[in-house]
Amino acid sequence: MKNAASSVTVSLLGSGRVGQIASHIIFVIVCVICLYPLALVIGISFSDESAIAIHGFKLLPSKASLVAYDFVLKQSDAIARAYVITIIVTGLGTFLSTLVIALYAYPLSRKDFAQRKFFSFIAFFTMLFSGGLVPWYMVCVFLLHLRNNLWALFLPYTMNAWYVLIMRTFYKTNVPDSIIESARMDGAGEYTIFFRIIVSLAKPGLATIALFNTIVFWNDWWLPLMLVNDPAWFNLQYLMYRVQVNIQYLSSMAGNTNVAGEILRRLPSRTAQMAMCILSIGPIVLAYPFFQKYFVKGITIGSLKE
Amino acid sequence: MVIPGTIALVFFSYIPMAGIFIAFKDINYTKGILASPWIGFKNFEFFLKTPDAWITTRNSVLYNVAFIVLGTVAAVGAAVALDGLRAKRSARLYQGVMFLPYFFSWIVISTLVFSFLSTDLGFFNKQLFPVLGVEPINWYIEPVYWPFILIFTNLWKYTGYCSVIYLAALSGIDQNCLEAAALDGASRWQTIMRIMIPLISYVIIIQVLLSIGRLFYSDFGLFYQVPQNMGPLFNATNVIDTYVYRTLVNVGDIGMSAAAGLYQSGVGFVLVLVSNLVVRKIDPEKSLF
Repeated sequence: MKNAASSVTVSLLGSGRVGQIASHIIFVIVCVICLYPLALVIGISFSDESAIAIHGFKLLPSKASLVAYDFVLKQSDAIARAYVITIIVTGLGTFLSTLVIALYAYPLSRKDFAQRKFFSFIAFFTMLFSGGLVPWYMVCVFLLHLRNNLWALFLPYTMNAWYVLIMRTFYKTNVPDSIIESARMDGAGEYTIFFRIIVSLAKPGLATIALFNTIVFWNDWWLPLMLVNDPAWFNLQYLMYRVQVNIQYLSSMAGNTNVAGEILRRLPSRTAQMAMCILSIGPIVLAYPFFQKYFVKGITIGSLKE
Repeated sequence: MVIPGTIALVFFSYIPMAGIFIAFKDINYTKGILASPWIGFKNFEFFLKTPDAWITTRNSVLYNVAFIVLGTVAAVGAAVALDGLRAKRSARLYQGVMFLPYFFSWIVISTLVFSFLSTDLGFFNKQLFPVLGVEPINWYIEPVYWPFILIFTNLWKYTGYCSVIYLAALSGIDQNCLEAAALDGASRWQTIMRIMIPLISYVIIIQVLLSIGRLFYSDFGLFYQVPQNMGPLFNATNVIDTYVYRTLVNVGDIGMSAAAGLYQSGVGFVLVLVSNLVVRKIDPEKSLF
């Protein structure tokens, strides 16, 4: 990198050759620590279940097998269903939440909106204080009837004060007042201005919030843990959790009864669990190179104070 | 335009806030929530008398302190080191890899951790320890190892994410400052500690302030999913969030669970106000509000 030479580089271990190489070695070790667990789980998922029982979990399977994936993808309706639910919830939740946040944050960015202090405050205050789990649960279940249905899996995450603040900063820095002024001169209403002009100006910001939301909904297991107990509404993460709990239960029973031991032997339980894990993070890892920069941008905006 | 968002805030934040009165009642399902008798601070008394009140508070605070100190040092260190790499393309690659664990759910991470720690199959007990000649460890039964496991797992998940924040702040530093320091003959260490760190201190202070305000809150997934809800580990893994959840779902004691939740958010609220006040006294520009 030629242009780096002109600027001053201050390195922890020295900017000389030795210091740079030492830094690279440390970072490579850190990266291996970050990726090794993932590689191990991939290795297990492609391993033969009986080989694992003998040799334990290994990075390179002593006997390779696709049985776990075959079992997970073909023989289990529950997993296909959970996948569909996760995709639907991620789509609906991301759309709704991004829309609501974008709408809420826009007036807060406008100096001519008189109540902007009040609405900023009621969003910001939720980051400082909450009523706790019990009242939240009561409101969701008894008041809103969010239990064992699709709504329960995304409605409670609609608003997020932190994303509102990010979006507000984004509007403030990317939407010039003059554009709004001239649109109004042309007789455009507030909603026309928002959907025709603001949305297209704020596209990178909206993409950032939408991506944050996508990850939140894709990875969620908390809402089903609290609000779902009917297997028909299990999403992928929560199904993984239930499978883990059931295997744990069967293993604890295996010493006592032959039936539990027999079930464990017949099913590719551990390898299937790892295969599910890989299938759930697969889409994230594959899409990661494309969305990483939006996240970096969003976090950077979010960490700046105004 | 603010109406949909306001409705969501009212239902999912403000009505639950009004619902803190549940903590002052003896909830009886047959009578209903509103008709159940008021019992003042009895629920809080019961909660504070259990040994769990002390254990969960201690765990929450100590883990958070460890996360704040180690997490900040690791993230700032990683950011400074990344910033100091001449090969920018490698720096971006390292950053990308370190950031990746942030996108894994706690269920996934629990599975990753299990592949190392499983007593009869795990990588440690089956692959590594036989080579080193170490006796197998019953990881999910013995609590002594868990402070290290949980702190390491937390660092593993969040260091890359946090370093992004500091890296952005570092890249905003005026090159002239660094050049002036170099001309004045400042050593590497002096430049980092006297110039770079102070210049990004406002970002560090905001992050630490936010964490101090959340000293009584914990990442539920880390403390519930990663130890796989194992009873023998509770002494080392039970925090206020997991206590509130188990008291509500497993025990079914609504009043005490609500009291513990209000204790958490009440103290948390005071903490955030106090820490912000302190910072405002020292340097008004660095305070949160």
